[in-house]
Amino acid sequence: MDVIEANNLVKRFGELEAVGGVSFSVKEGEIFGFLGPNGAGKTTVINILCTLLRPTAGQAKVNGYDVIKECNKVRQSIGLIFQESTLDDYLTAEQNLRFHGYAYGIPGNVLEPRLKELLEMVELWDRRKGKITTYSGGMKRRLEIARGLLHCPRVLFLDEPTLGLDPQTRRLIWDYIHDLMKRENLTIFMTTHYMEEAENCDRVAIIDHGQIAVMDTLEALKDSVGGDVISFRTENNEKAMRVVKEQYKLNPSIGDGVIKFTVPRGEEFLPGFVSGFPLQLLSVGLARPTLEDVFLRVTGRSIREQQADPLDAMKQMVRRRGRHR
Amino acid sequence: MANFLRSVWVIAYRELLRFVQDRPRVISSFGMPLVFLVTFGAGFGRLIGQMMPGVDYIQFMYPGILAMPILMTSVMSGVSIVWDREFGFLKEVLVSPLNRSGVLVGKAIGAGTIAIIQGTIMLTLAPILNVPVGPETVLALIPLLLILSFSLSALGLLIGARMRSQQGFQLLMQLVIFPMLFLSGIFFPVSGVSRWLEVLSKLNPVTYGIDAIRQVFLGSAVAGVTVFGHTMGVVDSALVVVMAGVVLLAAAIWAFNKQE
Repeated sequence: MDVIEANNLVKRFGELEAVGGVSFSVKEGEIFGFLGPNGAGKTTVINILCTLLRPTAGQAKVNGYDVIKECNKVRQSIGLIFQESTLDDYLTAEQNLRFHGYAYGIPGNVLEPRLKELLEMVELWDRRKGKITTYSGGMKRRLEIARGLLHCPRVLFLDEPTLGLDPQTRRLIWDYIHDLMKRENLTIFMTTHYMEEAENCDRVAIIDHGQIAVMDTLEALKDSVGGDVISFRTENNEKAMRVVKEQYKLNPSIGDGVIKFTVPRGEEFLPGFVSGFPLQLLSVGLARPTLEDVFLRVTGRSIREQQADPLDAMKQMVRRRGRHR
Repeated sequence: MANFLRSVWVIAYRELLRFVQDRPRVISSFGMPLVFLVTFGAGFGRLIGQMMPGVDYIQFMYPGILAMPILMTSVMSGVSIVWDREFGFLKEVLVSPLNRSGVLVGKAIGAGTIAIIQGTIMLTLAPILNVPVGPETVLALIPLLLILSFSLSALGLLIGARMRSQQGFQLLMQLVIFPMLFLSGIFFPVSGVSRWLEVLSKLNPVTYGIDAIRQVFLGSAVAGVTVFGHTMGVVDSALVVVMAGVVLLAAAIWAFNKQE
């Protein structure tokens, strides 16, 4: 069964097209991820699915409910964890959860045991009387996960769930999420611009400039790169690119000063390549393709380069403003 | 309807929780009125002497001083929706199944409840200042404080519904709250001043709230607002406040719902 169905979603903020016709579906029990640089339109899609934004065109259904016509039913059946904290800092952890419980109309005899169970799961039961102002970033995120699950939603939306957290906390958060998937009948829709985080997904859609560039399972995406990835650096990358193209008849790409190309059976190819290459090699590497390689192949750019692009940063700012509208 | 009522009480409950937990806010809401009472009372009191037979300046000012923390807290509680937006909590509310109109009504009702608590605390000053307080005064005061705070938080909500950042706050204090405070008859009667000042004061709904509260304390002889030749009694003034509140709240709900 499809838990989320999006059909040709479009969202424009004035002149700017944040999402330009996106269609996808998410199956029950799946972890589905949107991977893309900042400003690619990921958050806009989440906001449309969770009824915070109206799409300019297109339709979407969540749990079988239309996000425009039946927004209250959608809201009741989903849980959300946003990029930035949405806790009430002046209240305690427990009070934040109770507020949520009342807001979703959870009866008291269900709420209290559920609250305890979730706080214990995220290891915050001992700190339940602490004010949010005394919480660290990782604790806040854990509390938000507990809160998002309080009303037993069938879909959990995670918008950049570990943004701004240190690697250790990030791993911890993902341990909780995997643990959750085993315990509850959950479907997860998430966005991220961290490649490593996208590795947690069953299926990934790479989104760029408001459009889905490619969408498949992790394995299929990596296989699509075609063999192993050879990466190397030289003093003169431009010349090296030409050499690879002309002498080896391969199709290299360049990102972050590193030239990459794909060959079948890379470990057999590499020795001959190293001894025969006409230019001085500074470093050589061989790897199984990663999502980064998929991204590079599909969009022609590395995800990090795109983030450094000031124009994109500006667009993102415009989008952020628009999002509040 | 059930959802609407639930929204009202959940939000009102949170407003109260926050008020109780935010001690600096509680204390500061009393600070300014007390400063006014002491400085103006000591400064002008001797100079002005009796405002009317049997009513000296401090007694005249006291009902307004009692309403002052309510005024500030109510407008601010409405505007606090901007804080909620900036610190993200509003998102938690907006993605929940809570009814949006109910959310705003809940904010206003929460502010009203806080107003009663503040009014009660300010009431303890009355005996010290020789202002007569009987049980009937308190009974009449409760609904008046409620509606005054309801209307003012509706005003705050209307401002907050469209405001995107806290940067406008200073401006808001200077251009809305202070003028409303000074042109409300708290410090001087609205009649017998320059014509333009009188007109502005009579357009200010707070004026009617203050006048009604003053009449509750000091009797109808102090009634100070005359509109089209009619001297406003307690009930008349209360109706003006309620009407202003309903209009402001309706406008706030409209502005708030428009944001999707």
